[in-house]
Amino acid sequence: MQLQVKMNADGSSGGGGNGRPQSSEHQSSSLFSSLVKRLTRNSEAFRELGLLIFIVLLAAIFQIRNPKFLSVANIKDLLANTAILSILAVGMMMVIITRGIDLSIGSTMALSGMVTSLTVSANPDISPFLSLAQGMAIGLAAGLVIGVLVAYFKILPIIATLGLMNILRGLTYLISKGKWVSAYQMSAGFKNLSTGTTFGINNLILFVIGIYILYTYFINQTRTGRYIYAVGSSPETAELIGIKRKRIILLVYALMGLLAGLAGVLWVSKFASAQGDTAVGYEMNVIAATVLGGVSVAGGRGKVSGILLGSILFGILANALPLINISPFWQQFIQGLVILAAIISNVLLQRRNDRLTLKKRVI
Amino acid sequence: MEKTSIDINKPRGLHQYQWEIFLIVLFLAVNVVNSFLSPYYLTLDTFVSTPMNFLDKAFLVLPMTMIIILGNIDVSVGSIVALSSVLMAVSYNAGLPMPLAMVLALVVGTTCGFINGFLQIKFKELSATIITLSTMTVFRGIAYVILEDRSAGKFPSWFSFLAWGYIGKIPFILIVFALTAIVFAVLLHRTRFGRMVYAVGSNRTACEYSGIRTDRIILGVSMLAGLMAGFTALFLTSRMGSTRPNVALNYELDAIAMTVLGGISTNGGKGRITGPLISIFLIGFLNYGLGLRNVSAQVLLIILGFLLILSVLVQNFTDRPASISPKKLSAPTHRSDAGDGSDIHENSAQGG
Repeated sequence: MQLQVKMNADGSSGGGGNGRPQSSEHQSSSLFSSLVKRLTRNSEAFRELGLLIFIVLLAAIFQIRNPKFLSVANIKDLLANTAILSILAVGMMMVIITRGIDLSIGSTMALSGMVTSLTVSANPDISPFLSLAQGMAIGLAAGLVIGVLVAYFKILPIIATLGLMNILRGLTYLISKGKWVSAYQMSAGFKNLSTGTTFGINNLILFVIGIYILYTYFINQTRTGRYIYAVGSSPETAELIGIKRKRIILLVYALMGLLAGLAGVLWVSKFASAQGDTAVGYEMNVIAATVLGGVSVAGGRGKVSGILLGSILFGILANALPLINISPFWQQFIQGLVILAAIISNVLLQRRNDRLTLKKRVI
Repeated sequence: MEKTSIDINKPRGLHQYQWEIFLIVLFLAVNVVNSFLSPYYLTLDTFVSTPMNFLDKAFLVLPMTMIIILGNIDVSVGSIVALSSVLMAVSYNAGLPMPLAMVLALVVGTTCGFINGFLQIKFKELSATIITLSTMTVFRGIAYVILEDRSAGKFPSWFSFLAWGYIGKIPFILIVFALTAIVFAVLLHRTRFGRMVYAVGSNRTACEYSGIRTDRIILGVSMLAGLMAGFTALFLTSRMGSTRPNVALNYELDAIAMTVLGGISTNGGKGRITGPLISIFLIGFLNYGLGLRNVSAQVLLIILGFLLILSVLVQNFTDRPASISPKKLSAPTHRSDAGDGSDIHENSAQGG
């Protein structure tokens, strides 16, 4: 709590100082002025701090309304619920960075979850890791199809994924023949994937940590990872300097599919039930968390740390609304408003940033 | 047909209507198959009455044609239908006279369309896709907030005339749709406004430089889309007799699929309204025929998804010139280029 209060104080004064750019005379400590400078120069750090403040404020409000909110049990619950969302947000971030969008992930999750759970119910002895591999293979296949359609056949991402969304959802119903796979049909090992613990930590959280380390490295430290930003920032230039744009786009959708397939298995294992309408509309949650985390829908911008914060914020919203007695029917409305507010504030921040850049050029 | 730059490079005469002819052949094929499925199929009655099952969503196709010609996509229309329908039912149940409630539905639809358009012209950095994706969630969210998991209805008996009534031997909805379609055809192909829609769709920047008020065009088309969603809400609610927040789910998919199948290129700036008009009936009768065979709704989803992707695929292959144009990288044409290069650098500098 001590730490949070400190952050809050720092942040709010930092945000305030931000309104009057480049006026550092009357700031007392050099550390503080350098922080302000850094913030005015760097809108992404600014917005991440803003997100963090917002998360702390929100947590404080919820804590006052319901003292159970910051209990260990609820925090564990919250993190486990946010895990799948944050895994998918990584994939969505890469897609959105290349100026795309993927509406099919909810259906991909349903298909991968349904097929793996049907396999498990037919062969209870199958290793859970094999199930994971199976789910990921299904997701990868779906992602590859979308990637090929978008990259090589020049179909708009929204059209291709809207089509695939319905095809995959229909396939899920066809394969399951409209039936559910319930908890008793799943092996203990399979259910353990999401609900079990390793070294005292929930498996889901371990998955998140692993994936985030892997993707942070991939996106920031590898050449291909940087190419994703280049392609999103300026497709023409990327192509001119010899980046294989189409391959990057294919890769991005394939990785999104891979993660969606993985998430589908985790989802079904977590809720111990696979249904035809598993994760309907979940793509909107993921898009919300992603844009909330500062990924620009104009492409080329977004950071792993940002979407982690975005996912946590969105997870808190989803987790806390029932706790403070807000009807679940408000959820979709609030989710929509959050997306809208996030994309608009992204634009406004960007405009402000561009203005500041221009100002710097004034002689 | 028209003397415009868009048509200059096109072959004249029947060739110009290749896509429509292809659709008509498909339509005939569907009907031949259907008539084998049911001995009672081939009657005049079938052709006059079947459209009652799908014409409500056809109203969405008309403005969607304009939106796609503009080079945009609107995925919020289904949610606008749901919101208009729910508000109409709730306000009627709260004591508003039915005719006023119906007007309210149209006003609500138009307002939602206005919001879509307003956001698009105020925040040009954002693509229409992402804006309508978020308003889609907001609008349907409001419908859920209002009605939760209940349904609303108990409309006066005359209200069902909208969807089920006949004038003479012709369904009322068919007449209304035909009139609306004529209005849209004239608007798109015979007015200044229509020409501007094509112009903005071909090259928005050039239009702005030549003094066309592109904002007004975009706002106008968005409001038309909202108004038509209001129409759909009226006829859909009348057909079902009651409403819930989850009505008109996936209607945007139907509308987009019908429009794209009708030969409207998603690259913008191209296409005639005749294609979508045929494809409305093509998909409608296809669904009807599959219903005759007891094919489940899920299979229909799959078929619709395939049709959507296939028709864009075919277009992209026949449409070579358009796909080379800079439009293909369309979405953020308004994004400032200042600092683009440094961004990559910035990101890599503080990545993590």
